Amino acid sequence: MDEPWRRRREFDRFDWYFCAIILALSAIGVLTIYSVTSEKAGTQFPLYLKQVIWIGVGALAFLTMSRIDYHALARWSFPLYGVALVLLVIVLLGGKASHGAQRWIALGPLAFQPAEFVKIPMLLILAVYYSAQNRRGWWYRVIVPALITVPVFSLILKQPDLGSSLSFLSIYVTLLLVVGVKSKAFGVVLLSALMLFPFAWSELWGSLHDYQKERILSFVNPDYDPAGRGYQGMQSRIAVGSGQLVGRGFHGGTQTQFKFLPEGHTDFIFAVLAEEWGFLGGVLFISLFLALLLMGLDVAAKAKDSLGALLAIGLVGMLTFNMAVNVGMTIGLAPIVGIPLPLLSYGGSATIMTMAGLGLLFSVKKARLKLSP
Amino acid sequence: MKPGITSSGLQSTGLADIQGRLLLARVVVLIIVGLLVVRLWQLQVRDGVYYRNLSHDNRTRSVVLHPVRGFIYDRNGVLLANSVPIFNLYVELGDVSDREALIGKLVELLSLERSELTGIMDTHAGGTPVRLKKGVSLKEAAIIESHRLDLPGVVIRPEFQRNNPEGGYAAHVLGYVGVASEEQLTREAVQGLPAGSVIGQYGVERIYEKTLRGHAGRKLIEVDALGHEKRMISVDKPQVGNDVYLTIDFRLQKLAEDLLGEEAGAIVALDPQTGDVLAMASRPSFDPNALSRGLRADVWNDILQDKRHPLTNRAIQGQYPPGSTFKIITAAAALDTNEIEPADTLHCEGRFRLGRRTFRDWKKYGHGEVNLRKAIAQSCDVYFYRLGYRMGVDTIAFYAGQFGLGERTGIDLPAERTGLIPSSEWKKRTRGEPWYPGETTSVAIGQGYVTVTPLQMAKVIGMIGNNGTPFQPHVLRGVWGRKGEWIDEWSPTQTTPLTLPAHQLETIQAALAAVVTEGTARESRSSVVTLAGKTGTAQVVSLRPESEEETPKRFRDHAWFVAYAPFERPRIAVAVLVEHMGHGGSAAAPLAKELIETYVSYGGDDKERTRVSLTRPSDKVMQRGPRRDG
Repeated sequence: MDEPWRRRREFDRFDWYFCAIILALSAIGVLTIYSVTSEKAGTQFPLYLKQVIWIGVGALAFLTMSRIDYHALARWSFPLYGVALVLLVIVLLGGKASHGAQRWIALGPLAFQPAEFVKIPMLLILAVYYSAQNRRGWWYRVIVPALITVPVFSLILKQPDLGSSLSFLSIYVTLLLVVGVKSKAFGVVLLSALMLFPFAWSELWGSLHDYQKERILSFVNPDYDPAGRGYQGMQSRIAVGSGQLVGRGFHGGTQTQFKFLPEGHTDFIFAVLAEEWGFLGGVLFISLFLALLLMGLDVAAKAKDSLGALLAIGLVGMLTFNMAVNVGMTIGLAPIVGIPLPLLSYGGSATIMTMAGLGLLFSVKKARLKLSP
Repeated sequence: MKPGITSSGLQSTGLADIQGRLLLARVVVLIIVGLLVVRLWQLQVRDGVYYRNLSHDNRTRSVVLHPVRGFIYDRNGVLLANSVPIFNLYVELGDVSDREALIGKLVELLSLERSELTGIMDTHAGGTPVRLKKGVSLKEAAIIESHRLDLPGVVIRPEFQRNNPEGGYAAHVLGYVGVASEEQLTREAVQGLPAGSVIGQYGVERIYEKTLRGHAGRKLIEVDALGHEKRMISVDKPQVGNDVYLTIDFRLQKLAEDLLGEEAGAIVALDPQTGDVLAMASRPSFDPNALSRGLRADVWNDILQDKRHPLTNRAIQGQYPPGSTFKIITAAAALDTNEIEPADTLHCEGRFRLGRRTFRDWKKYGHGEVNLRKAIAQSCDVYFYRLGYRMGVDTIAFYAGQFGLGERTGIDLPAERTGLIPSSEWKKRTRGEPWYPGETTSVAIGQGYVTVTPLQMAKVIGMIGNNGTPFQPHVLRGVWGRKGEWIDEWSPTQTTPLTLPAHQLETIQAALAAVVTEGTARESRSSVVTLAGKTGTAQVVSLRPESEEETPKRFRDHAWFVAYAPFERPRIAVAVLVEHMGHGGSAAAPLAKELIETYVSYGGDDKERTRVSLTRPSDKVMQRGPRRDG
C-alpha cells in the first residue's frame, strides 16, 4: 500500500477528471464574475480575485476533507450537529443583516454564512442515521430523520433563507428516497402532509417575507407586472434568451452589464453565462456539472459501505437540487428563491462548503480503493 | 440475534439496496438536466430572436431632441423672443419601480411639493419621459447628479426655454408657447410632433409655428437599469427653426402700450402704403414669459376668469361700436351715391325726429347750418342721421363692406374677429325681423348693431389717407432662414380699392384734417406734422344718468380716435380705442398724436420705407451662432 506505484495508482484517471471538472467550473465562475463586476473595480478589492481566494481556501478544505476518513467524521456527527444548531441560533440572535435577512456571522473583517457550513454536519448526521442499525418502519425511516432536519430547516427559514432551508430539505428527501420508503409509509407521510398543509401553509406563508411571497407569486404569473414582482424573472429570461446560440461574447451581455438583471455575480450568474456564451456555453456548463454529478453517483455505487454511499448520494442530491433550482429560476422553471449556483456564484461560504463536500466525496472514493486488493 | 452479525448483515443488504437504486438516481439526474437543456434551447435558440429584441428595447431608448425655436425680431432687428438654455428635470416612469420612494427622495433633495409630484406621476404612463420640474438650478442639478443611484429613471436634460427679453411688451402679437396638448397634436399644423413638444399657443408664435419650430431630432442611447445614459448609439441632430422678423417697430409698440397704461384699450398703427403693422397694443396684457414657462392650473384659471380679459387681443378681437368714426363711411357712401354734395348744408337743431322717436345730437342745441366738412369736423350727429335715413342701411352696409368692415382683415394673427355691419338681410336672417328705418339712424353714426375692431378702423383710416388703396395688414416682414438667408419676404399686397372718385376722397380728407385743426380733436393739433383724423365716442349703454361722474366706469363711453399722417403722403395710420374713457377728442386723440409725432420724429424718409431689401446686421448672426448650437 505504501509502495510508490500504488500511491500513483491512488490518483487515477477518475481523480484527474474530477479535479479538472471542479477547476473548470470554478474558472467559469471566476471569469463570469469578472465579466459582470469588473466595472466596479478600483474602489475595492475586485470580487473575482476574492473569489479566486475563496476557491483557494476551498481547495484546502477539499484536500483536508479528502484525507480525513469519513468514518472519523461520522463519529463526530452528533457534536457537529449540536455546534451547527448553536451557530444558527447565534445568527438569529446576533447575526449581521443584509437585504432584510439575518444570515451572517461576523468574524473580524470576514463574515460567513453558517447556513452553508451546517450543510456538511446535516449531511453527515442523516447519512450516519440511515446507515446505522435497522431503520425499518415509517417511524424510523421518515419521522425521526424529519425531526432531525426540522430544527435546522426552521432556524434557517427564520433568517429567512428560503433557498438554503430548501436545500437542507433536499438532503433529507434524497436520502429518504434512496434508502427506500415503503409505499404505505410514504402514503402516510403524503396524507398527513396534505392534511396538515392548510395549517402548515399559513405558518409557512406567514413566516415568509413579503419579497419572498412576491417571488413565489411572480413565478405563478411572471408577466403580471414586469417592473415589480416578475421583474427579475423576466429580465433573467431576457438575458438568457438574448444570448441565442453562441452568446453575445465576453462583456457583451447588455442585460447583466447594464444591471437590468441584478445579482449577476451571485444568484443570477447563470444568466450572465448564458447571455454572454449562449446556448453552447450554457450546455457546456450543464454538461460539466452533469459529469460531476454522475461521477458522484459513481462514487456512491462503488462505496464500500452504506455510510459512504449515503454521503455521496446526499451530496449529489443537494448539488443537483441547488443547480437545478438555480438554473431553473434563471430560465423560468422554478421560483426565484435565492440559491447560489454551486462552484460558480460568488460567495466564500458556499464555495468553501461545496469544495469541502466534494472533498468528502473524494474521501469516500479513496476508502473504496484502500479496501480493494 | 447476535448484534454483530445482524448489524453487518443489514449493512450489506442496505448497501446493496441503496446501490440498487442508483440507476434510478442517475435517471432522475439525467431527466432534470435534460429538462434544463430543453428549456434553455427554447429560450435561446427557438425564441432567441424574440428575447434579443426585448433586450434591445430594454437598453436602448430614443430621446427626442427638441429643436431650438427660431427667434423673433422687430422690423429693426430688436430681439423680441429668443430661446435660452435651461435644465429640466425628467423622469422615465418605466424605470421607476418604487414611486413613493422616489418621490420621497426628490422631496428630500429638492424643494418640490410631494402632492405635485404625485399628481404628475399619477397622470402619466411610462414610455415617454415626464417633466417633473422646469428650470432646475445648477446647484439642484448637481445634487441630482450626485444622487443618481438613488434616483432611478431621473434625468436632467438641457433644453431651451422661450424667453421674451422685452418682458410683457407686444405680448398679444408675439404670443406664448406651451406644451402641445394631445388634442393639438392631432391638428394638421403640428401633426406628428413628438409628445411633449412645445408649440406656439398664441399670436405670432402660433401662426408662424411651422416657420419657428425647426425639426426635432432624435438620439438613440443605451441606458442601464436605472435609466441613465451609458453611451450614445446614434444621433439625428435637431434643426433650428427659422427667425421671424416682424413689421412691428418696437419703439412704437412700447410707446403705444405705455400710452394706454393701465387703461383697457387698443392701439393699432399701420403703414398705409404697405399694410405693415407698426404697433399693435392691447391692454390689459399678460406676461408671455410666465405663460411660456408654464403656469400652475390655479394661476392659469385666474387669468382665464379675469373680468378684464387680459388674453384678448383687443386690436383684432375687441368688437366695439365705432361711434362717430363710422361717419367716415357714412360720408363716403353719401358722396358716392350722390345723396349729397359737399357744399350742401343741412340744419341741425340738436335733434332728429323720426315718427315718435327723437334722435339727439351730442350738442344739445345743435350745430346750426352744417356742410360735410363741418359735419365731420364737429361730428354733427343730426347731419348723419339724415343722410343715413335717406340712404338706408343696405347702402351703408355696402360701403362699409368696401372699407373691409364686417369681415376679417386677414392679418396674420390667430382668432381675428369680424365685427358686424348690419343689413336688412342680416337682420332677417338672424332675428327673423324686418329692418326698421329708425335703426338706420343709429348705424349712420356707428351705433346700434355696428361693431368693428381697432385694426379694421386703422385700415379704414389708412385707406382714406392712401387715396382709397388698401394694403393687406400683416405683421410678418420676413423669414430669415437657418442657412443665413432670407427665405421669405413679405411684399405689400394691395387689396380691393375703393370705388370712390378721387375728388370725393379729397373732400373727406380735407374734412378729416379739419377735425384736428378746428374740430373735435383740435387740442391734438400737432406742430410737428399735419394730422387728419376722426374722433369717436362710442356709447356702451344708451340710458344713463346725465352726469359722467355718476356713471359707473363700466357703463361709460369708449373713446375712439383714428388718424393718419402726414396729411400729404401718409406714412402712418393709427386707431386708438380706450375703453370707458369718454370722449375720443380728449381721451384718445392725444395718444394718437404722441404716437404719430414720435414715429415721424424717427426721421425716416421715403427711402427708408421702400422695401428694396431687408438687411440683416451681420454682427447679429455672429452673436447667435454659438449660443444656439450649444
